[in-house]
Amino acid sequence: MSATLPTPPGKVNHIGLEVIDYKGGRSTLCAGCGHNSISERIVECFYELGVEPTSVAKFSGIGCSSKSPAYFLGLAHGFNGVHGRMPAIATGALLANRTLLGLGVTGDGDTASIGLGQFMHLVRRNVPMIYVIENNGVYGLTKGQFSATADLGSTKKGGGAANDLQPFDCCALALQWGATFVARSFSGDKRQLQTILKTAIAHRGLSVIDVISPCVTFNDHEGSTKSYGYMRDHEEALQELDFVPYFEDISVEIAEGETMDVEMHDGSHLRLRKLSRDFDPTSRLAAMAALEAAEREGEILTGVLYLNTQKPDFLELLGLCEHPLATLPESRVRPSRAVLETVMEELR
Amino acid sequence: MPTPEASPSLSPPGSASPSLVNDFSIQVATVNGSGSQTANSVLMRALFQMGIPVSGKNMFPSNIAGLPTWFTIRASRHGYTGRRKEIDFLVAMNPETAREDVMKLAGGAAVVYDEPLKLGQLRSDLHFYPVPFDKLVGPVCPEAKLRKLVRNMIYDGVVAQLLSIDMQEVRTALAKQFGARKAKAADMNWGAAQVGFDYAARTFAKTDPCRAQRMNGTAGKIVIDGNSACALGCLFAGVTVVTWYPITPSSTLVESLMGYMKRFRTEPETGKATYAMVQAEDELASIGMAIGAGWAGARSMTATSGPGISLMSEIAGLGYYAEAPAVIFDVERVGPSTGLPTRTQQGDLLSTAILSHGDTRHPMYFPSSPEECFTMAIDAFDLAERFQTPVFVMTDLDLGMNNWMSDPFPYPEAPIRRGKVLTAEDLDRLGGFERYKDVDGDGVGYRTLPGTKHPKAVYFTRGSGHNEKAQYSEREEDYIHNMDRLAHKFETMRGHVPAPAVEMNPDAKIGLICCGSSHDAVRESRDQLRDEYGIQASYLRLKAYPFTPQLAGFIGRHQRVYVVEQNRDAQLLGLMRLELDVELLARLRSVRYYGGLPLDARTVTGEIVRQEGQ
Repeated sequence: MSATLPTPPGKVNHIGLEVIDYKGGRSTLCAGCGHNSISERIVECFYELGVEPTSVAKFSGIGCSSKSPAYFLGLAHGFNGVHGRMPAIATGALLANRTLLGLGVTGDGDTASIGLGQFMHLVRRNVPMIYVIENNGVYGLTKGQFSATADLGSTKKGGGAANDLQPFDCCALALQWGATFVARSFSGDKRQLQTILKTAIAHRGLSVIDVISPCVTFNDHEGSTKSYGYMRDHEEALQELDFVPYFEDISVEIAEGETMDVEMHDGSHLRLRKLSRDFDPTSRLAAMAALEAAEREGEILTGVLYLNTQKPDFLELLGLCEHPLATLPESRVRPSRAVLETVMEELR
Repeated sequence: MPTPEASPSLSPPGSASPSLVNDFSIQVATVNGSGSQTANSVLMRALFQMGIPVSGKNMFPSNIAGLPTWFTIRASRHGYTGRRKEIDFLVAMNPETAREDVMKLAGGAAVVYDEPLKLGQLRSDLHFYPVPFDKLVGPVCPEAKLRKLVRNMIYDGVVAQLLSIDMQEVRTALAKQFGARKAKAADMNWGAAQVGFDYAARTFAKTDPCRAQRMNGTAGKIVIDGNSACALGCLFAGVTVVTWYPITPSSTLVESLMGYMKRFRTEPETGKATYAMVQAEDELASIGMAIGAGWAGARSMTATSGPGISLMSEIAGLGYYAEAPAVIFDVERVGPSTGLPTRTQQGDLLSTAILSHGDTRHPMYFPSSPEECFTMAIDAFDLAERFQTPVFVMTDLDLGMNNWMSDPFPYPEAPIRRGKVLTAEDLDRLGGFERYKDVDGDGVGYRTLPGTKHPKAVYFTRGSGHNEKAQYSEREEDYIHNMDRLAHKFETMRGHVPAPAVEMNPDAKIGLICCGSSHDAVRESRDQLRDEYGIQASYLRLKAYPFTPQLAGFIGRHQRVYVVEQNRDAQLLGLMRLELDVELLARLRSVRYYGGLPLDARTVTGEIVRQEGQ
């Protein structure tokens, strides 16, 4: 079920839309599922930033997570494709229409197992879209098998042998493959997830957001490392985050040395205030080291791990014309009779 | 490779050979990677420029360098362009295969060979022309590392002299091959060709019957391979998103397209592209991107071959069920599995027609010539958008990678048709729409493109069960209703795909049916049946699937109908089994060839004559 947001009726965002315009259908996921909280954050962020909902295209693969695009942004076209192949579908659609804001929602099975190759190449191409991994370490829709992100030693519901295979850390992998924005959050951390999602909306390039999103039915027990309880005890936030959209004034002074300010491509600002550790989110090496250290200490590190606003995205690299390819008129896509005659002459 | 022992025949050379003017096959046997392609193309072009109908077939290994390669040029004053099994004139340059190549020849054939191979001793019923290539190449090519390439041009000169090919045409062909920017290379090769010509002129007395003579059989024609022709079709179809994964024999389709797009679809004012081309990580991704792009409104395509088709299966079903357009070129090669990657087959007909799990049906085009590669590529994009579904263009390695003589391509006169797409203005007028509702009775719903700025434009696309409003549904009646509409949509397509080419013979008791690249052999076989066996045959060449009513009508008018195809399991006939009446099926006979070489008329004629009991 979509959240009832504390917004009085009639209140509109800066493009004149109400929050209802950003909601979707009723969720069919379990009550308490982390994915529902993520859907709520998406609704809030797109509403608050005043993103035109019809300019968004939603993409997903197969799994519980991949059902969720039906539960937010009901005015945006969506494509729920096949298992693990969302990146290809999304890439094609964004090539066809570069004005679309791509929003992909996937799970740990969809991304870290069957779709690992497509995830990897999506990162490699820096396709400009938001890629949210709703990570619960378990295959929910097929009733509770381990996924490739299940931690070493974690157990299934009702016991049985502990997982003895090394998990994939989607953030570490994305960093390794050259991702331009990598963040981790927790579905229960409303403020942090909101800020990260808003940053992703402003980011030009691929945004990889790994959200630990507990499965209340199959993976919320003792022995799970993706449970609400485990996250409460082990989440370690890297920064305190604040997002100032391009249409708002930046009035608050920032304290030297304590806070870092990153200007996004659209003129918005991401502000990161250091917490316990010294961490530079523009250094890939620092991000890798922090993940490694956190893993050794048994902590789940959340926050902005890496942000690079300079690298060109895939559409830029391809040198596409401004007008969406999908709707170019015939005069711009069918060469003239003279061109055909030239080619025929060359073949004589 | 075992070499058969020489078994000289006693018949004297040339005793039974009639003069073969403009009716012979030249085979050049070389080693892969030795650079013989230029020499072979030049030879073929020179004949073409003399007005002689000509075709070239490259039989090459799946290898970069070192394995044997054969290139066959057929000159046919009758205009037959299919493969001919018999070789009249062999150029034996490959020591590995030379003995076997010579032993396979029919008596009376001619052999130009590298002198040290001493092939002249093998048989006494052939015309031998030994040439000391290494001795001749030195003076014309001072650079030792280029000699391997340039020595090939010497055989062009020798063959030109022996066959009376006009050397000026060789020169013109060379200039065309190298272009103005590589004039120096053209000069060096021209020198080598002249050396070969002069050597042959002063050394050999011609004894073989093959001869070229100027005629008027190629005026206005072009020479092109099917892959380039498909690429040109895509260019003029207005393709905007091209995704692919390299695989022989389809890679050159996309590579050729890349050249054309860069040249003709980069906007001069901005230097920006009106297209996107992406080399994907595999065929799952290439078809995924094509379907995603088609869904978002692009004219999208991908090209592949058998193994890629297998990998595309799941998303082909998504395209069918979610109803997103894309055009997929399948340049077929020999399967199953890796099979023979550089040999030809019509081996994907059945699997492509029903590609994916569940009840799926896909339309297919069967071009049989470069001209049809061009026109059908354009039609395929219109059909894909008209019916909002993946459309397959089935060619093969023979059509795709070999050079063919063709009429120049006609400029598409009809405007590009984008199908049933509703704009924001349409939605204002209509007040809304239901994505999968059959409003027009043709099984095709109206769609909107993502990004359409209208609150009623939205619909949710899914590969899972859905109702007319595109809502998730597992209801029995919704599922059946949707599947029946998709079946009806496929039925509607019968009226929108090209009808077969039919040549009725009122005296014929038998009919011949084929599709695609089998056409050239079947056309020639039909003449052989008539001229050599007195068997009259009507002919129907299928251009597309789903089949149109002409097929049943044709079968019904003949006692026996031979379905000729290039695969083991009679796949084309199998597709007919899925929909024709038992009474008609009983008339069908099967003629199959599946050895991986282009189909030849003699094989078809022999099989039909055998089945006819003559």
